Amino acid sequence: MRNILIITRRELKSYFATPVAYVFIVIFLAMTGAFTFYIGNFFDRGRADLDAFFQFHPWLYLLLIPSISMRLWAEERKTGTIELLMTLPVTTAAAVIGKFLAAWGFAAIALALTFPMWITVNVLGNPDNGVIVASYIGSWLMAGAFLAIGSCVSAMTKNQVIAFIIAATVCFLFTMSGLDLVLNFFRLWAPGLLVETVASMSFLTHFRAVMNGVIDIRDLIFFASLITFWLFANVIVVDLKKSA
Amino acid sequence: MIALTDLTKRFGVLLAVDNVTFSVGKGQVLGFLGPNGAGKSTTMKMIAGFLEPSSGHARIAGFDITTSPVEVKKRIGYLPEGAPTYGDMTPASFLDFIAEIRGFDGAAKTTRVGEVVEKVRLKEVLNQSIDTLSKGYKRRVGLAQAILHDPDVLILDEPTDGLDPNQKHHVRALIREMAADKAIIVSTHILEEVEAVCSRAIIIAQGRIVADGSPEQLLARDPSHNAIIVRAAREHLSGVETALEGIGTISRINGNRPGQEDPVLLIAGNNDASIIARISDRIREKDLNVEEVYIEKGALDRVFRQITMDESPLEATDA
Repeated sequence: MRNILIITRRELKSYFATPVAYVFIVIFLAMTGAFTFYIGNFFDRGRADLDAFFQFHPWLYLLLIPSISMRLWAEERKTGTIELLMTLPVTTAAAVIGKFLAAWGFAAIALALTFPMWITVNVLGNPDNGVIVASYIGSWLMAGAFLAIGSCVSAMTKNQVIAFIIAATVCFLFTMSGLDLVLNFFRLWAPGLLVETVASMSFLTHFRAVMNGVIDIRDLIFFASLITFWLFANVIVVDLKKSA
Repeated sequence: MIALTDLTKRFGVLLAVDNVTFSVGKGQVLGFLGPNGAGKSTTMKMIAGFLEPSSGHARIAGFDITTSPVEVKKRIGYLPEGAPTYGDMTPASFLDFIAEIRGFDGAAKTTRVGEVVEKVRLKEVLNQSIDTLSKGYKRRVGLAQAILHDPDVLILDEPTDGLDPNQKHHVRALIREMAADKAIIVSTHILEEVEAVCSRAIIIAQGRIVADGSPEQLLARDPSHNAIIVRAAREHLSGVETALEGIGTISRINGNRPGQEDPVLLIAGNNDASIIARISDRIREKDLNVEEVYIEKGALDRVFRQITMDESPLEATDA
C-alpha cells in the first residue's frame, strides 16, 4: 500500500515536471468548453443542467485519455527505466495500481478544473446539483475505465504511438458497443446472449444512466469491474514480458 | 550470498544463457566478462529479478528469485546496463523516491541520501534535471540508486562505461571499498578493471561459462605468461637468438608495445623461475647487444580472445 502511494506520487509529479500535464489540461478545458457551448447549444437549450457538458465526455475521452495512458508503460520500456522499477522491491500489482492511480488522479484534476461550468449553471438557474455530482462521478469512473484499458495496452509495446492507436480503438469499441454499428456485426453470427453481453458493455449506455442522476449500483459495478479486469490483465502482461 | 544453479534463459530458439552455475560469497568481487551478446546482461537481469529464468535457480541470501522476488530485491542493489533513470526528475527527487521505496523515512531518508550523494559525488548537480546531466553524472546517479540501501549484494552492469579515467578510478575505489562486506558482481569490457577490482573473474561465451578463476589464474592461461621477452635492434636479433639457444624455447614474435613493433624474442621456459637469471648471465658472458629484457606477465585480453574466439594467442613471425 505504501509502495503504491510512493509510485503514484512519483508518477503524478512527473506529469507536472513536463509540459504534458499543462497542455493536456488546457486542451481538455478548451474542448469541453467548445463542445458544450457550440455543439451542445448550452444557452439555446434554456435549461439549467450540464447535459450539454457531460454528453460529450465519452467522445473527448476517446481522444484524450489514450494520450495520457500511452506513456504509462511504453515510455518506461523505451527508456529502460522499467528495468529499474521492476527490480525495486515492489510487486508488479503495486506498480500497476500506483501508475493507474496517478493517471486517474490526473484525470480527476483535469475534471475538477471544469468547475466554472458548474458555477455558471448555478448562476444562471437552479440546476439539480445531485444530478451534476452523479454525472461528475460517472464521468470520472468512465475515465478510469478508459485509463485501465490504455494502461494495459501501453504495457504491451514500447511504442507510444501504437499504444495510443490500439487503446483508442479498444476504447472506441467499448464506447460504441451499445450502438447498432457494432451490434449489427455481432447479430450476424453471434447468439443472442453474446449480443446482449456486448451491448451491456457499452460505456455510453452506462454513462447515460448515471447522467440521468440515478447512480445505479450496477453501473458502478460495471465500471469498477472493468477497471479491475483491465488492471489485472495489465499485471499479467507486465509479468509475461518478464518471462518472454 | 549469490548462488546460481543451472540458470538458463531462452528467447524463442535463441539460447542466451546456458546452464550457468556459480556462487559468489561475501567479500568477493566477481568480474563478469564476455563478448557482446554472450549472456552477461541476461544473467544479471535474471539475478536482479527483471527476467524470469527459463529453468534453473538463482538464490540470493537464501531466497529464490522466482518464488520470493520482493525479498530478493530488498537485498540487491542493481545498476542496469546504461544506467536508466527518470530523466525528468532531479537526482535529489529521484534518490528520494528510491529511498522511500527502499523503506527509508524522515531523518533516516535524509541521512542515507546525503551519504550516498557524498559517496558518488553528486552534490553539485542535485537539483538539475537528470536529462541535462553529462553521461558521467547520469551513471553516478544510477550507481547511487544501487548502493543507497547498503545492500548485501551488488549487481553492476558496466558501471564504468562512459566515465572518464578519473571517474573510472573513483568508481573502482568505491567498489573496492564496499567489497569487504558485500557480494559484488561487475560486468565489464575493460579487462584492466578486472585486475584492478576483482578477486575472481568468470568469462562467458555463447551463454556458457568458459573460464572461472582469480585474475592471476586467468593470466596464467596465457601461454606467454612468465615468458621472457628479449628485445634487440633488428641487426643484432639473429646473433642474440643464436647466442641464447638452449635456454627455453625461443620464438620470434611481433613486439606489441607502441612504437616498438619490431620482432622480439620470446623465450618460454615453462614457468621456470631460474630462466631469467640464466638469460642475463648468458647476455653478460657473451656481451650481447640487447636493449631490454623483461618478464611477460601475460595479458587478460589475450586470454580473453583466446578463450572466446579460439584464436592462437601469439603468432610467430617468419623473420
